[in-house]
Amino acid sequence: MARGPRKPKLAVWKFASCDGCQLSLLDCEDELLAVAGAVDIAFFLEATRAKVKGPYDLSLVEGSITTPHDAERIHEVRSASKHLVTIGACATAGGIQALRNFRDVREFISIVYAKPDYIDTLTTSTAIAEHVKVDFELRGCPINKRQLVEVLAAFLCGRKPSIPACSVCLECKRRGTVCVMVAHGTPCLGPVTQAGCGAICPAYDRGCYGCFGPQEAPNTASLSRAWTALGVGERDVLRAFRSFNAQAPAFLEESRKHEG
Amino acid sequence: MKGRTRTIKVDALARVEGEGALYVKVRGDRVEDVRLEIYEPPRFFEAFLRGRAFSEAPDITARICGICPVAYQMSAVHAMEDALGVTVGGPLRELRRLLYCGEWIESHALHVYLLHAPDFLGYEDAVGMAKDHLKVVQRGLELKKAGNEVMTVIGGREVHPVNVRVGGFYRAPSRREIEPLAERMRRARDQALETVRWVAGFDFPDFERDYQFVALSHPAEYPFNEGRIVSSRGFDAPVREYENHFIEEHVPHSNALHSVLRGHGSYFVGPMARYSLNFDRLSPLAREAAREAGLGPATKNPFQSIIVRSVEILYACDEALRIIESYEPPPAPYIPVEPRAATGYGATEAPRGILYHRYRLDATGAIAEAKIVPPTSQNQRAIEEDLRGFVEAHLALPSDRLTWQCEQAIRNYDPCISCATHFLKLELDRGGAAAPC
Repeated sequence: MARGPRKPKLAVWKFASCDGCQLSLLDCEDELLAVAGAVDIAFFLEATRAKVKGPYDLSLVEGSITTPHDAERIHEVRSASKHLVTIGACATAGGIQALRNFRDVREFISIVYAKPDYIDTLTTSTAIAEHVKVDFELRGCPINKRQLVEVLAAFLCGRKPSIPACSVCLECKRRGTVCVMVAHGTPCLGPVTQAGCGAICPAYDRGCYGCFGPQEAPNTASLSRAWTALGVGERDVLRAFRSFNAQAPAFLEESRKHEG
Repeated sequence: MKGRTRTIKVDALARVEGEGALYVKVRGDRVEDVRLEIYEPPRFFEAFLRGRAFSEAPDITARICGICPVAYQMSAVHAMEDALGVTVGGPLRELRRLLYCGEWIESHALHVYLLHAPDFLGYEDAVGMAKDHLKVVQRGLELKKAGNEVMTVIGGREVHPVNVRVGGFYRAPSRREIEPLAERMRRARDQALETVRWVAGFDFPDFERDYQFVALSHPAEYPFNEGRIVSSRGFDAPVREYENHFIEEHVPHSNALHSVLRGHGSYFVGPMARYSLNFDRLSPLAREAAREAGLGPATKNPFQSIIVRSVEILYACDEALRIIESYEPPPAPYIPVEPRAATGYGATEAPRGILYHRYRLDATGAIAEAKIVPPTSQNQRAIEEDLRGFVEAHLALPSDRLTWQCEQAIRNYDPCISCATHFLKLELDRGGAAAPC
């Protein structure tokens, strides 16, 4: 009997993370069954106990590298994957758990209690691209599910994903949201943060908190000056750049200027 | 046969949130060892929260879990408001409850349809189940989406909503934004009722245990955000005394701490505990559906948790409708708070059970100390005890069937391993020569 063309094999991998980005795939309620029809979901522990051996045509990787075991495992994932796409701030910038990277190691030891010999961890949380070649990085804490569907479609068709690298400001303009910083003096990271969320924070009367990480070539120094002019203290500027994308180079560099 | 050793092992548990494994060792007719192993890497939230502003806790702790971020935001804001001497009432309190309804619907529908039902019907996953039961899976997805829509309208997005702040919300939605949710919730309520009837018809393994249930209890309402901590054996204490009674123990095979009630051992949190301790505060519709499904006012078979979860979806739809229909926007979206040196306590009912937060703040409002106890770590011991009892009573089953039902027994708890792991302290592996100091 003739067989149809082989369906591409999709795998979803988890490292240190909250599961929210892979949940975004299950949150595509309207598209989920269509996606499941177009691909062979070969490995996705959160959704299925069935496991199909690699190689995989597309691997989605969630989470950052924080243990010696995971630092090895990511190489296995890479070698079993034709394309590897990281999803979310943990996988692309180390995530919120990368805040450990800034702590004095001795201070950390002083917080240790219970029985530390049961636990095995690295001193840092790092992005996947620091360990293996990554074919595309999808930003966000969490990722936007529309962008995820676009990335899946693009890789399945063999084209480049259409993900704009502009700032959140453009999304506010498109949405018709009045600038919270100009109109209300609310500190906002939108001018230096990559678009993709749909500019939700300003639409809810708060400043963007940078969960999609830095846009291409952001002018962080200028934004910091504008925040200072609004009366924001150095400590708060530091905290703003040091959250969910603290290890993203542009935010890391700017935060160092405010260490004081 | 006596003395023969048999091992049940699942190296990577599927259809749970996070990374765990199962290990059961049987000799003859005795279970020698049971371990729910949690190898999800620790992320140390309690350590790096130190020095962050009190106002950041809701957004930072949300990142402990992408499945129940609202639970983290709610426990965080209640603990902070306790510390700062603020009480949030009226429409703001109702909005919080509505947001929580959205999360319960989304999280429970995910578990009932995509994670747990395939166990009962013999499928590896919901996609396989959809081949034979397309309409049912579509109903589950629609229900889940309805919960997500509530979260999106009130919170801005479904995973890690952006609108929650200490004192209330950044912006209160208008009536015009809230109203369309009413029609959505009416449909969801019908679907939830169908869900209860559907799962009530499943075959349930014969297994009961005499659990100590622990849940919040509020005199006037089914608990979400507030109440005293009570148990089915007469324990009753305010949230701020939690740590006097519940203690955590560190065991070698888990990156999460096990929690026990002092003098009483293991306990059980989550839908079955809430239901059994608050049955009379469910809406009449939810109570009636539960009776029709054959549930008494308390239930002891953990496999029936799927019915209880479905009854809670129904309740959450009903409660969401009540709030939507009577919603009047609050005069201000939040109550202003002033930082001060203080300690605050908060516990709310996450979809999986009680989630406890404590924060000590300095005079500037920076966090000096944080403590977080998620529901799954509280249930770990009960899960292991279930596995021990279940395996001993079902040794005659062939190994593949027994393994399947052991996995199912773990999924009874909808365990969230990502949550359970986060607060552990660490050993530093310096990874060779590159390490500092």
